[in-house]
Amino acid sequence: VIPVENVRLLDRSSGQRKASVGTLYLSATHTIFVENNPETRKETWVLHSMVSSVDRPPSTPSGSQLVLRCKDFRVYQILVPQERDCVDVHASLVRLSRPEKYSELYCLSFNPSVNKEEREASWSFIDLMADYKRMGVPNNLWVSTTVNNEYRVCDTYPSELFVPKSASTGVIVGSSRFRSRGRFPALSYFHQDTLAAVCRCSQPLSGFSGRCQEDELMLQAVMKSNPGSDYIYVVDTRPKLNAMANRAAGKGYENEDHYTNIKLQFIGIENIHVMRSSQQKIIDVGEMRAPSMSDFLWGLENSGWLKHIKAVLDAGVFIARAVADEGVSVLVHCSDGWDRTAQACSVASILLDPFYRTLRGFMVLIERDWVSFGHKFSHRYAHLDGDPKEVSPVIDQFLECVWQLSEQFPCAFEFNERFLITLHTYIYSCQYGSFMGNCQKERRDLRLRERSHSVWPQLWKDRSDYTNPLYQAEQSQSQGVLKPNTSPFYFKMWKGLYNHVEKSVPPRQSPADYLSAVREESQQLEEELTNHQEVAPGGTAHQHQHHQPGSRQGIQHNTPPPPPPPPTNLEIPPV
Amino acid sequence: MEFAELIKTPRVDGVVLHRPFLPTVEGTLCLTGHHLILSSRQDNTEELWLLHSNIDSIEKRFVGSLGSIIVKCKDLRVIQLDIPGMEECLNISSSIEALSTLDSVSLMYPFFYRPMFEVIEDGWNSFLPQDFYWWFYEWRLSEVNTDFSVCLSYPPLVAVPKDVDDDTLRKVSTFRHGGRFPVLSYYHKKNGMVMMRAGQPLTGTNGRRCKEDEKLINATLRPGKRGYIIDTRTVNVAQQAKARGGGFELEANYPQWRRIHKALERSNVLQDSLIKLVEACNDQNHSMDRWLSKLEASSWQSNVKEILTTACLAAQCIDREGASVLVHGTEGTDSTLQVTSLAQIILDPTCRTIRGFQGLVEREWLQAGHPFQQRCSQSAFSNTKPRVEAPVFLLFLDCVWQILRQFPCSFEFCESFLVLLFEHAYASQFGTFLGNSAADRSKLSLPEKTVSLWSWVNRPQELERLSNPLYEANSLVIWPSVAPQSLLLWEGVFLRWNRSSKCLDEAYEEMVHIIEYNKELQNKVNSLRRQLAELETEDPLLQES
Repeated sequence: VIPVENVRLLDRSSGQRKASVGTLYLSATHTIFVENNPETRKETWVLHSMVSSVDRPPSTPSGSQLVLRCKDFRVYQILVPQERDCVDVHASLVRLSRPEKYSELYCLSFNPSVNKEEREASWSFIDLMADYKRMGVPNNLWVSTTVNNEYRVCDTYPSELFVPKSASTGVIVGSSRFRSRGRFPALSYFHQDTLAAVCRCSQPLSGFSGRCQEDELMLQAVMKSNPGSDYIYVVDTRPKLNAMANRAAGKGYENEDHYTNIKLQFIGIENIHVMRSSQQKIIDVGEMRAPSMSDFLWGLENSGWLKHIKAVLDAGVFIARAVADEGVSVLVHCSDGWDRTAQACSVASILLDPFYRTLRGFMVLIERDWVSFGHKFSHRYAHLDGDPKEVSPVIDQFLECVWQLSEQFPCAFEFNERFLITLHTYIYSCQYGSFMGNCQKERRDLRLRERSHSVWPQLWKDRSDYTNPLYQAEQSQSQGVLKPNTSPFYFKMWKGLYNHVEKSVPPRQSPADYLSAVREESQQLEEELTNHQEVAPGGTAHQHQHHQPGSRQGIQHNTPPPPPPPPTNLEIPPV
Repeated sequence: MEFAELIKTPRVDGVVLHRPFLPTVEGTLCLTGHHLILSSRQDNTEELWLLHSNIDSIEKRFVGSLGSIIVKCKDLRVIQLDIPGMEECLNISSSIEALSTLDSVSLMYPFFYRPMFEVIEDGWNSFLPQDFYWWFYEWRLSEVNTDFSVCLSYPPLVAVPKDVDDDTLRKVSTFRHGGRFPVLSYYHKKNGMVMMRAGQPLTGTNGRRCKEDEKLINATLRPGKRGYIIDTRTVNVAQQAKARGGGFELEANYPQWRRIHKALERSNVLQDSLIKLVEACNDQNHSMDRWLSKLEASSWQSNVKEILTTACLAAQCIDREGASVLVHGTEGTDSTLQVTSLAQIILDPTCRTIRGFQGLVEREWLQAGHPFQQRCSQSAFSNTKPRVEAPVFLLFLDCVWQILRQFPCSFEFCESFLVLLFEHAYASQFGTFLGNSAADRSKLSLPEKTVSLWSWVNRPQELERLSNPLYEANSLVIWPSVAPQSLLLWEGVFLRWNRSSKCLDEAYEEMVHIIEYNKELQNKVNSLRRQLAELETEDPLLQES
């Protein structure tokens, strides 16, 4: 596409108030805008795969408009002088932002400067088997099974799985036939302290009266793998009404008369369609121009978003309490066991095990409960042009639960808010192969390991950007089980994600960034101190190049950053 | 009157104290003239010392012969005391009721309190007007109100334009509500613009005018300059005020001034807002929807937003538009002070220091005649119809907290200081917040008979506790965001007793630790560097190389 000149771009999300004039280019992967201003020549790059919609509102006298809404909730407004150009750009963008085939995805063309060996190594950066080993599995209660080799029993499950030792292959296969999409009960997390486990599956195909002996045996086996308890909880994360409605379609939930020693618990997390429309409403709240406090609070309530976040967190809290406090194992499912189940299990793991609150541990957790267990990334995050009803912010809600927790436990997480937001972007952006496809089998078939890169080593390399300065491994909240308070007033709107404007303009002071800089400086001082102390009397100390104290990067002593402008909604009439 | 008459049962054994998030304590309950004390015989449990004046309301409940008293405090804490014996319980509750609602100010605890600490600096003399206003060009300190005869709610000394004599002030005072003629509130060094405050002009329905008032106000303008009058009431409310003798400045009579109306709520509305908010915060069993709708219905956050917005507007007129500002509402003792004091926090870095903030509270609230005694006589649990009480000062502190949150490195003090001021405004051993005006304080001889809160605060131990480890002096104007997403509920006050603060306290300590460790390292490195430099000058070998 030929560059379009004299285009105006307004990027409100980065705090711009006036549009800048420049030239618009379209590459195979990006929309690029270069400012005319010879002093700045500021460039704005928008990845096509981050664009969720391209709208063309009615033209104005000064030109034709384009509105780019992105999956990270940024909005770019573009004004093109000639309507013809605008129509062309619109058509190209619509096509480029909606790839139809995996082969068109950015991760297959994205080529960071690493060689083949490094690329291959990147895929073994996260080792799930090592994590199972860390939790003490396999052991005399839980064993590895080969039943799903070559994805024979369940094509959306990983090939390597852990199951109760007493469950025979026949029981597993039988159980899988009685479960939606063949997703039989498998181990998500084993809690060494109490020997209780978190397991996951999909709903049983019970209808109104159906039963399956193998499935009943399978649940018995899960119970038997916890010597400390004579029952298990079955957590159905759906609202009870939804679960009952599913019975009419030959699905449903476990009948407590058929399964001995189970306690059924409904949690009431709504389905993906409710969540999709709820998120749209909270995005709208974030985009409101100069709302009143009532508009804002009403919008927040009306979106229902925080209520849903609370439901997800409550599910995790219920499971963690059962496992840690009561020592009872929990089997978690929803309908297909890849959305709400992934949310509930991963929140429970975060609460139960401090390892998952570290940077690396969090990567392991996402890789296990989301990637390997077949969360449908490509469908949910619209990687390809597909059914819009499949799209839903499932992992957004998990990331937000973690953020809400970090507000209550500021020292408990090794990573910071920036890490969560960056991860959110990578999940949508298709830049790395890690979140491509909908299950392990699909990723294998696409040969993503050969054709793309894993995101984790990149995030690890940049970990200094993602570290929470307050994190202290030895502190009490970094240890043991987290017990959050889930009263409604502990939930806040996640401004960092939904409100770019308020986040970026005016540039508020961030205590976290300040503390990170202080810690970095302390490290340099420590080094200098060691150097000085190593110098023998009469040595070559004078050759030391020491930096001046107080020359921290990122902290400006005595010359604070320019103040933000006054709030925009104050209109002073001329005198 | 003897307190003993009011104390029917001075002491009861076997009383059990329940507090949220804390273990129960069993012990002996004692009532003294000013305190409710519960102490257990164990050494390691803390005692409860509660000022009767901190008690907002009490409720009694009986189950068999076991009585419970639920004590709701002005600092929003709610505790329960289980008292064995019906008679004891009734006696205790009626005593608390009587002792917590004493009419006479001179019976209040500050008149009986003797400091257990060394007073380094007498806080009553820490913030004298002559020390603050002396250097302002074109302004003078007038003694016209020395005997409080011109304005009952003003201090003896007020800053007015140099060219305006005391006779003019006397005339203007008859034209302004409560005699509150326009006085200087703030002088913006950067451009010489000023902020003034006053009571509403008494124009009445006939459009009465006062040449002296016009002259006084115009005397504050530099030649060729114009100014803004910020009326904290809506046009409608201001119009209605005419019928009761009040009103607003007609543009025809004040052609160099442009009037802007804002909609800050009056005090009785604010009290209602506080009651609703605290009620919402005290119910842990709300669903999310109910909580958000109750939060919205309380309008507390809306009030915070409107007050901050108006303060930003005043600051913007002064700093950005280069214009002087006159702020008033009706009386000029409530919303007016919220605006003038917050504008100073935004504009003046001095006000963001511990001492500067004390000075601001002293000038803009205490000396300016905010009726603390009335406004803080009851808090969120009052069950009588609100008359004079209102959380005007608490809202100001909330707004300061919002700015502090947005600029965590620009304030010398931390949140604790704001919470401390909230507590002491409502119940205190110090005399600072007693009375409704300088005249009251003088009549009560507070400086002679009571200790000032500032005497307590301005000691090294306390200053350390209240100081902000992140502070780096910022000499600039700070513009807070007033977008609703940026304004949060002040958890440190409203959820303080409904949550465990352990994790947040740990985080705070960790932050302090990081900063102190850094300072320690800097000192070590600097001293090593000095030693090296000395070695270099002494050692000829090193000098040669």
